[in-house]
Amino acid sequence: MSKQRSDYPGSRWDKFFRWLHGEYDPFAGMLETKRPEEHQAPPPLDPSAFDLCAAEQKGDDVDHSRQIRRFRILYKLLSCVLCVSISIILLVTVANLPHFGDPAAPANNEVSQRYIEKGLQETGAVNIVTGMILDYRAFDTFGESTVLFCAACCVLILLRIDDSGRAKAEEHDQIYEPKNDLILEQAARILFPFIMLFGVYIVLNGHLSPGGGFSGGAIMGAGLILYLNAFGFQKTQRFFTEKTFRYISLGALMFYCCAKSYSFFTGANHLPSGIPLGTPGAILSSGLIFYLNICVGLVVACTMYAFFVMFRKGGF
Amino acid sequence: MSEIFIFLLLGFLILCAIAASVTKRLLASIVIFMSYSLIMSIIWVLLESPDLAITEAAVGAGVTSLLFFTTLKKIHAIEEEIRDEQTEK
Repeated sequence: MSKQRSDYPGSRWDKFFRWLHGEYDPFAGMLETKRPEEHQAPPPLDPSAFDLCAAEQKGDDVDHSRQIRRFRILYKLLSCVLCVSISIILLVTVANLPHFGDPAAPANNEVSQRYIEKGLQETGAVNIVTGMILDYRAFDTFGESTVLFCAACCVLILLRIDDSGRAKAEEHDQIYEPKNDLILEQAARILFPFIMLFGVYIVLNGHLSPGGGFSGGAIMGAGLILYLNAFGFQKTQRFFTEKTFRYISLGALMFYCCAKSYSFFTGANHLPSGIPLGTPGAILSSGLIFYLNICVGLVVACTMYAFFVMFRKGGF
Repeated sequence: MSEIFIFLLLGFLILCAIAASVTKRLLASIVIFMSYSLIMSIIWVLLESPDLAITEAAVGAGVTSLLFFTTLKKIHAIEEEIRDEQTEK
């Protein structure tokens, strides 16, 4: 066995010995070198603050930290207890609910029986659900539409940008709008008419088939949002501005209000609308329900679109 | 058969609900929330209330998630996620 020679240039031993003698740096060129940041001398300590610290430390510091630790343990324990107890309460409540579809449940009383038996006769709507929410319970639905309108107002108050900040916001928004995405544009060109037609169909057929003002309006609003995303604000502003939103939602809500707010004075007593009920199953049947459905649909569609525009741009 | 289907859907529902709250990435969390709404709308159809199913699909899966996405864009959360993915690659 011959001793390994150490003077081969480039061998490990050679590198090791050169490194020992300080001629070779194995990390040269491998690492990103960074100049150390210039260290600024810390500002001289304020003697008054120092005194305050000392004064605090002189007090019961140990007790204080122990209190904090105790509080943290208590906090975790209490939050666990709260979570578990709330879940137990909810589960017990669900377990005590009447069985699903139980005929003896308190919800299945003479009211729903009357709705099911006489609904078609009294409201003229084939879809009993619509007959219920827009005829028997129309006043409740009026409240729901108003809630939606209030939500739109709140979004307007919170997110609206006034004219001074408008230019900057629009400039910032031009980065995203319009997207110039070919797939999105072509898909929207094909889908948009069908989505709008489907929404209009659901609204107009609310008293005949499943659906109604709210769901149809939401679909129309979603279609408008798709159109906006595909083609940009300049195209939507040709048919939908702040004025359109104002007039449509105000007009629809006013019509609803005029038609149904008599319940403030008459209570549950029903006033005849004067519009003939027509033959059940025809499109122009069920009296006032048809028009109320259109109103709710318009309000919901406008509100959904306004929500999106407010979130997106902070103004129409 | 339909009972198995309903239990499968309910399982997915619970899974989505837990995953939506546990997921760290906001974008993924919103997509899970969308699928939750979609499963819920199928369950409404099985419970024979198509009115609610249409509304759930349009509002829950459509408009609400759109508003969430817009909010994420406004607070620049989506761009940061994309940038993080690029730096990871």
